[in-house]
Amino acid sequence: MSRASAILLAALLLAIPLSLVAGRTWVFGIEESRAMLIIAELRLPRALLAVTVGAGLGAAGAAMQGYLRNPLADPGLFGIAPGAALGAVLSFSFGLAASGWLLPILSLAGAGAAMALLALLAGRGGGIALFTLAGLMIASLAGALTSLVISLAPNPWALSEIVTWLMGALTDRSWADVMLAAPMTLAGIVVLARAAPALDALTLGEDAARSMGVDMEKLLMLLVAGVGLTIGSGVAVAGIIGFVGLMVPHIVRPLTDRRPSSLIVPSALGGALLVLVADSVLRMLPLVGELRLGIALSLIGAPFFLWLLLRLRRGGTLGLT
Amino acid sequence: MLEAHKLALNHRLRGVCTKIAAGRVTAICGPNGAGKSTLIRLLAGVLEPTGGEALMDGVRLRDMHPRARAREVGYLPQEPQIAWDVSARNLVSLGRLAHGDARREPVDAALAAMGLEALADRPVSTLSGGERARVLLARVLAGEPRCILADEPFASLDLAYQASLAQHLRTQAHEHGRAVVVVVHGLSLAHNLADRVLLLNDGLLHAEGPPEYALSPENLRAVFGVEAHWLGEPGAKVLSLAAGDA
Repeated sequence: MSRASAILLAALLLAIPLSLVAGRTWVFGIEESRAMLIIAELRLPRALLAVTVGAGLGAAGAAMQGYLRNPLADPGLFGIAPGAALGAVLSFSFGLAASGWLLPILSLAGAGAAMALLALLAGRGGGIALFTLAGLMIASLAGALTSLVISLAPNPWALSEIVTWLMGALTDRSWADVMLAAPMTLAGIVVLARAAPALDALTLGEDAARSMGVDMEKLLMLLVAGVGLTIGSGVAVAGIIGFVGLMVPHIVRPLTDRRPSSLIVPSALGGALLVLVADSVLRMLPLVGELRLGIALSLIGAPFFLWLLLRLRRGGTLGLT
Repeated sequence: MLEAHKLALNHRLRGVCTKIAAGRVTAICGPNGAGKSTLIRLLAGVLEPTGGEALMDGVRLRDMHPRARAREVGYLPQEPQIAWDVSARNLVSLGRLAHGDARREPVDAALAAMGLEALADRPVSTLSGGERARVLLARVLAGEPRCILADEPFASLDLAYQASLAQHLRTQAHEHGRAVVVVVHGLSLAHNLADRVLLLNDGLLHAEGPPEYALSPENLRAVFGVEAHWLGEPGAKVLSLAAGDA
């Protein structure tokens, strides 16, 4: 295991038990059976979901930055997350979300449709420019359709549910959500790790990578599958959580040797840590309602993005040559 | 070894036949837009031809597994942008990708052959242009290919680095028996570097042979439209240019 992975894993193993005891109600000083109930039924699934969603976002971000050779790439830009969101929004609009299972399933179907479209549009030839454009267009289309569904919402409650859900959160999630997202995210991270050597080859550009025996079409399929599984399942259980996929690889990169392959596992661990800590801190804040996780991370993420741009302006390198 | 059979790509290359020999340096020369980069990229298997075939030992490159092809043919693109600030050693290690191993010996040997031992752990952003060019060639050498194809490796190198890189390429061909193919813009450099020259013009092979033949004043007049003649001894040729009427 690399040094970065070891540090982040240790931090994560420290953070998980802390997040179980912390919250608006601290588990110390209350009845033991109640404490056990809170931990087993509320905090443990929530913590595991935070770890799952964060790990998926971090790993997908690292892989996308490697693939696009661009440190400003975010997995949410490429259609899969907006596709998943569209599926979820449709389930609210048709009043299907209440059944519990239909929301994530429609959301996964949305992610799957976006993946299929991406693979169809960009698969032949496997060019990166085509992939980027196709992804951006799918994202725009899914975004527009989401707005359309919102504007046609049958009643104010559906509207409010949709808008709240889109903000992304981990409140009131159950073991069922963990069972859905964790295996898919893990599978997605394994797929992305398989693509890692080819991402290293892309350090020298598409031509060089092809000459090194990288099958660009296969690489694109691995990425679509890996990002689809991680991001699709993440959105299905937690809504849109932005900026983690962008921020985490940046924070982690200086701890590694900067090869894309060295970044995927540490970024997964870093993403897990960031989402877990952010979610735990949020639920302790003395606010009337709970600040939505998606909003909070965007509030941290957007200034971080601006700071990155400022560093670029001042001639910083972002780990680039 | 490596062979072009009526190799064509759209209008850029219009049917080129040639055989690349082991143990020799072959230079691809010609005016801008003649199809030099297209030819070398087709020979590297990076592009797929729209007509004809590129063959390795009689097998079509497009029928070979990409990694099997990559083990035989090493390709150095024109001025590659290095996306991430990795160490020189990590970059050179990419040469082992097609072999699927992480053996240190070929990587160490390639670093040593390029005189990069002392720079191995430096991030590539801290290297000079010439050092970076050597790292990029070392990456190709680490794959131990039988053919080395390089697209304008001399561009943006100063004279000293050009001379040293030319020497390295000649060593790879003459002492290690590799087939070395280089796209070269500078005709004097091509004349002194290469054992054989392919002179392209307008997507076709205009002349092929030893430099003194392929780059003869007649061929240069026909292809570049300039009056020029060669001065100096073999191995130290200089092109003397008169103003042409083209």
